[in-house]
Amino acid sequence: MNRAVNLLAPWLLIAVLLAVWEAACRLRDIPVYFLPPPSAIADSLVTDLPSLAAAAWYTLSKALVALVIASVVAQILALAVVVSGVLERTVQPIAVVLQVTPVIAIAPIVNIWAGVDHPERALIGLASIVAFFPVYSGAVTGLRSADPDLVRLFDLYDAGRLQKLLRLRLPSAVPFLLEGHKVAAGLAIVGAVVAEFVSGSGKVQGLAWRILDAGNRLQTAKMFAALVVLGAMGVALYALLQAAERAGLRWWRGR
Amino acid sequence: MSVVALTAVEVDYDRGRALGPLDLAVGAGETVAIVGPSGCGKSTALRLLAGLEAPTRGQVVRAAGRGETAVVFQAPTLAPWLSARANVALPLELAGVRRDEACARADEALGRVGLAGAEAARPVQLSGGMAMRVSLARALVTAPRLLLLDEPFAALDEITRRTLADDVLALWAATRPAIVFVTHNVEEAVYMASRVVVLTRGPGRIAADVEVEGPLPRPPGFRTGAAFRATVETVSAALAEGSTG
Repeated sequence: MNRAVNLLAPWLLIAVLLAVWEAACRLRDIPVYFLPPPSAIADSLVTDLPSLAAAAWYTLSKALVALVIASVVAQILALAVVVSGVLERTVQPIAVVLQVTPVIAIAPIVNIWAGVDHPERALIGLASIVAFFPVYSGAVTGLRSADPDLVRLFDLYDAGRLQKLLRLRLPSAVPFLLEGHKVAAGLAIVGAVVAEFVSGSGKVQGLAWRILDAGNRLQTAKMFAALVVLGAMGVALYALLQAAERAGLRWWRGR
Repeated sequence: MSVVALTAVEVDYDRGRALGPLDLAVGAGETVAIVGPSGCGKSTALRLLAGLEAPTRGQVVRAAGRGETAVVFQAPTLAPWLSARANVALPLELAGVRRDEACARADEALGRVGLAGAEAARPVQLSGGMAMRVSLARALVTAPRLLLLDEPFAALDEITRRTLADDVLALWAATRPAIVFVTHNVEEAVYMASRVVVLTRGPGRIAADVEVEGPLPRPPGFRTGAAFRATVETVSAALAEGSTG
């Protein structure tokens, strides 16, 4: 009973909010271009689904490519930083500055570098930058997270640096890497969407551009429909990575 | 002939003297318990004996080489991503022993601590007592001459503690390594050791060095014998005196 309530409560709230929204639009004659009722958004979602799905795939595929790039670069750099203390002090200030600078502020510059003919490069570049940090800091923390008594044990048996790295530090880092990638995936989508907004050209066929384009034509229902797809995409990706993290942890500790 | 000897060692940390001056020699095949109040430097003494830490002053002479010393920590300290077998085989593999041979010897060591059949289990699937046995098997697999135990049973329930104490003594009887273990439990110290070293409160110095009469491993009913009770009293008195004085 309690379980059912817990499960249903959020859906019930959504249903009530949608009903109030629909009723308000109809009763007060709110213009569709200002606030379309949920029914109009659902309509748009059905009719525009093919183009929205294609746009979603465009954004998602760029974000995924960025995630792979960020993951590889971040892990290599984290490894180098953990092995060499000097390198960490060298890299740290730049890393911090890059991390605290809002991605939207870097976007126009990256757009110029990518060139008007290749806006997808700007997408991938920006998404890579934002996806980099969770993986990087997860990897650095993880590589340093080894149980101090296990480190002593390795010392006791005269383990070399490479043995310690391969047999102790890397395996200890696995849970932190899984968590880092989960966060990074969500941020990669944010980065891709921001880049699309800034580039704002017809060459980019992603979801953010659909929102901009529909906005210019005052097709507000379509804007909402694109938002719904964007949200669904984010939730799906998060759920997928959450499942991957659980499976990875099960494999890591054998249960 | 001692396996390891501390001569006039002192250890200073930032906040001051942590241990010493201390003289302690451990003979081959001897089982020595170190007891003392919290913060007296028991664990520091153990790390000196293991060679994991160097003294600020004084000398550590060890006849047991690096690969001949093994440590069991307070927690089982197992790698969660490795099976029981792989955890036990780890010291051998680090020393360059071939994997199949290391695994065979690990299985044999797990059998000795009563864990035959649990070779493939991961640490998360083991009870506290079983995990401690895996840790013990990992220490024994290299056939060490010096076995160091840092409050190894502190986190276990009383029944498991007693069983493991007897098991450690039985394992000791088979290969007779020198054993040094740290504990704050006087009865456990007297039960397991042929010699109990009592440290004063920090910085620890030797308050008493008490010989324990009786055969090792202990015969049934040893805990209720008059000699056992008397030694426990002697050690407790020395501990109380060292803690206040």
